[in-house]
Amino acid sequence: MKTVFEKTKGLTDKTFHYCPGCTHGIVHRLVAESLVELNVLDKAIGVAPVGCSVFAYEYFNCDMQQASHGRAPAVATGIKRVLPDSIVFTYQGDGDLASIGSAEIMHAAARGENITVIYVNNAIFGMTGGQMAPTTLIGQVTTTSPNGRDPLTDGYPINMSEMLAQLIGSTYIERVSITNVKNVKHAKKAIKKAFENQINNKGFSMIEILSTCPTNWGMTPLDSLKWLDEKMQSVFPLGVFKEVK
Amino acid sequence: MKKVIFKHDECKGCGLCAAVCPKKIIFFDKSINPNGFHPATVDEQDKCISCGFCATMCPDLIITVRKEV
Repeated sequence: MKTVFEKTKGLTDKTFHYCPGCTHGIVHRLVAESLVELNVLDKAIGVAPVGCSVFAYEYFNCDMQQASHGRAPAVATGIKRVLPDSIVFTYQGDGDLASIGSAEIMHAAARGENITVIYVNNAIFGMTGGQMAPTTLIGQVTTTSPNGRDPLTDGYPINMSEMLAQLIGSTYIERVSITNVKNVKHAKKAIKKAFENQINNKGFSMIEILSTCPTNWGMTPLDSLKWLDEKMQSVFPLGVFKEVK
Repeated sequence: MKKVIFKHDECKGCGLCAAVCPKKIIFFDKSINPNGFHPATVDEQDKCISCGFCATMCPDLIITVRKEV
């Protein structure tokens, strides 16, 4: 018997604390597998955010640092500049990257820092109990928009990938999703390419991964995947927004 | 030898594996694991084609897939 799939060595044996059906686990796996396959796990340094994935440092089998809310790209900048041979990545949610951390991510991209940003967008603040996030869709019900997000009072969702792709400093920006086997495999390729860019000193890469939050969306895990495909992808279209060859 | 192995105690019963299984052989056991979930299980191991789709979608990485060579 040949093993065709087992848990990667890039992750620790600790059981994830995430809710049932939360796709953080899939993204963790893709990042860890990419680091192992590129043979850079022992020189990788991850920066964990504030949010559901705050305990990412317990799961990744590499050096990790936990940053203040939204400040992961600033911390990653410091680490990469002091240890230029290390492979530095941030793992951030939309509540961390697109709201309180919007300044840090913009300027890290504008400076063209040679880091890899893994941005998990699930259109809601998960850890704090399902409040409206900058990425919440128009009409989406959250605990702070019980009648659905109203653009007159709450504004419109922010498309971070499109925004960052406009900056001269960014190198590779792609949005992917993990709703089925094909999309997961494609997401893995994108994440791996983002790390390859860093290894080749190409500059700032960000992969935005559309993700689900069954608990706070109030859906089953399977309905969440369907909702992501049907509703979220019309606001956050998949694709490569920038790739400097 | 089993082709597909689940760590039952760590399963959260989300059902993403069962939804993508092309042979539809994954079901939820009647037993309840220490976390209070019905764990995903496969009895008909001979029907498994070792495609690994279940493991690709499992958010908790509790599935190991093996193939006869």
